[in-house]
Amino acid sequence: MSSVQIRDVRKSFGAFEVLHGVSIPIEDGAFVVLVGPSGCGKSTLLRMLAGLENITSGTISIGDRIVNNVQPKERDIAMVFQNYALYPHMTVADNMGFSLKLRGASADEISTGVRRAAEILALTPLLERYPRQLSGGQRQRVAMGRAIVRDPQVFLFDEPLSNLDAKLRVAMRTGIKELHQRLKTTTVYVTHDQIEAMTMADKIVVMHEGIVEQMGTPLELYDKPDNQFVAGFLGSPAMNFLKGKVTSNGAAGFEGPNGVKLPLASAPASSEGRPAVYGIRPEHFTIADDGAEAEIVVVEPTGSETQVFAKLGGEQVVAVFRERHQFNPGEKIRLKPDPALVHLFDDATGKRLNA
Amino acid sequence: MTTTAGSVPHGGIIVGKPKWRPLESEGNLAMLLLLPTIALLLMFIAYPFMRGILLAVTNSKVGIIGDFVGFENFARLLKDPIFHAVVYNTFLYTFVTTVFKLILGLWLALLLNRDFKFKAFTRAFILLPFIVPTVLACFAWKWMFDPTFSVLNWMLFKLGVVAAGAGVNWLGDGDLAMLSIMIVNIWRGVPFFAISLMAGLQTISPDLGEAAAIDGAKPLQRFWYITWPLLMPVTMVVVLFSVIQTFSDFQIVYVMTGGGPANATHLFATYAYQLGVGTGLLSQGAAVSLAMFPLLFGIVIFQLMYIRRVETR
Repeated sequence: MSSVQIRDVRKSFGAFEVLHGVSIPIEDGAFVVLVGPSGCGKSTLLRMLAGLENITSGTISIGDRIVNNVQPKERDIAMVFQNYALYPHMTVADNMGFSLKLRGASADEISTGVRRAAEILALTPLLERYPRQLSGGQRQRVAMGRAIVRDPQVFLFDEPLSNLDAKLRVAMRTGIKELHQRLKTTTVYVTHDQIEAMTMADKIVVMHEGIVEQMGTPLELYDKPDNQFVAGFLGSPAMNFLKGKVTSNGAAGFEGPNGVKLPLASAPASSEGRPAVYGIRPEHFTIADDGAEAEIVVVEPTGSETQVFAKLGGEQVVAVFRERHQFNPGEKIRLKPDPALVHLFDDATGKRLNA
Repeated sequence: MTTTAGSVPHGGIIVGKPKWRPLESEGNLAMLLLLPTIALLLMFIAYPFMRGILLAVTNSKVGIIGDFVGFENFARLLKDPIFHAVVYNTFLYTFVTTVFKLILGLWLALLLNRDFKFKAFTRAFILLPFIVPTVLACFAWKWMFDPTFSVLNWMLFKLGVVAAGAGVNWLGDGDLAMLSIMIVNIWRGVPFFAISLMAGLQTISPDLGEAAAIDGAKPLQRFWYITWPLLMPVTMVVVLFSVIQTFSDFQIVYVMTGGGPANATHLFATYAYQLGVGTGLLSQGAAVSLAMFPLLFGIVIFQLMYIRRVETR
């Protein structure tokens, strides 16, 4: 186990810079998830951590050693690839034992190491099979087994669950988290799936277009996103955004699209009339007589909750209710955002305005 | 109510006799589509092959139909010292050139599989020896190996390896002549190996190499444990094709040495040609070329079995 320090790392492919100075401290034993839309540079960063891409500038250290010019095999890391990258001509046991064999371990050591990892991942009955004889989930477990056998300083995961079906993905998600709690090996996990990020991470790093938008614990980021991008990226259904301006006739308020009045706990200093974006999560609406009038468009019950799509000031918003209301399309309801849970963002920069 | 065959029952529905559409039957259509291929195969492969067998069991010469003599021609071959040399030559020629073509072709393929400037151009350029008509290329090589006008001897002279007028008699010495035709065969065959193996290399996911690098494999180990075994099926097919082609090679030998000097470079095909066409002993020539068949057949069966084993793994 080791900490990992990424300091002001940049990456260019020719004249095209894809990472614009990224710094991420990763504590020993942490489970860090790099999340962002495709093309944000998260996979490139992971590959630089693995030593598969050169670092244009900045430093990456594992433990207290700068590894910029260290070969992948010397970095003491293990990586799980999106397509698993299992060696097709080797059995499961040979796949898992390959790194030990290269290290010059004896046949006994190899078989002990492989068997130990196979037990952790319930792969023991599959050891003599070839990768093509395995299901997607089994291959995924073999890829993880190959990583575990090495007992590395750092685990790297590159979208390891995206080739699995939805049900298996949820199961493996739990499996990986459990494994981390057991082994406590520092883990860097790349995904584009915000649910995976929220559920698995000790620390989430949200990346976008080659920069870090925000990092912190899942709930910090969920409750207090630094900017509109993070606010919109985390959470499902996504946060509602309404453009308008801050008002303060008497109490603080917000004038949304088509003059719709929305509550605000407190306006930031000297923000009267300032154009801004009003963000409210779907679950932070309540039905109240003093709410803003909205017309129901579509109702989607999921069983545990009901998602209601409605027009508020002409803009479509979504609200989520856990209690069962009788809603019908075309009906008018009064939606009231919880003023304490409103997020306010700058209209131009997307930066958070309220505390 | 009774009806007679062919009449329509009163009040019944008249069903028109179905049109005769023979091509709607899958079997008929398949036969029709296969017909041209079968005709071509019969005409150009089955007939000459049968004809060769018939010739080989007679004593026919040019202009003489001849009589059935059984295996007399083959029995004669067993005692023919030139034929013994031909068998030895052919195996040596095939083995040595295939080994070199494989090593050089693989090396080129690995180089060409990397990213570099003018990649597409270089890849196309490599194919050149493969595209040039063999006979023309062989004439050019013959000039290069010529003892008097040879560019090779000129180079050796300039480098001070040989004295003026004492150039190497490339095609005049038995061993050197064999070496020379091997060089030409390798030169011509390497592009096929390089391009085919490169195509094979491109089917191997680069992730595997990266995974192996992280697992701790040095470049040579990555090649030995990952690339080489995964390339094996393609390699075996390429080697199979090459062995068949080289075993029955004719053009290079015919143009460069004509089988000489003193029969030192005769292969099956050139010896069969010389006996059958050159001296008019059609039946003996046919026997030589048929003698190639069981040997080649054995090699091919062995390789196909190996390929099957690799592929079902």
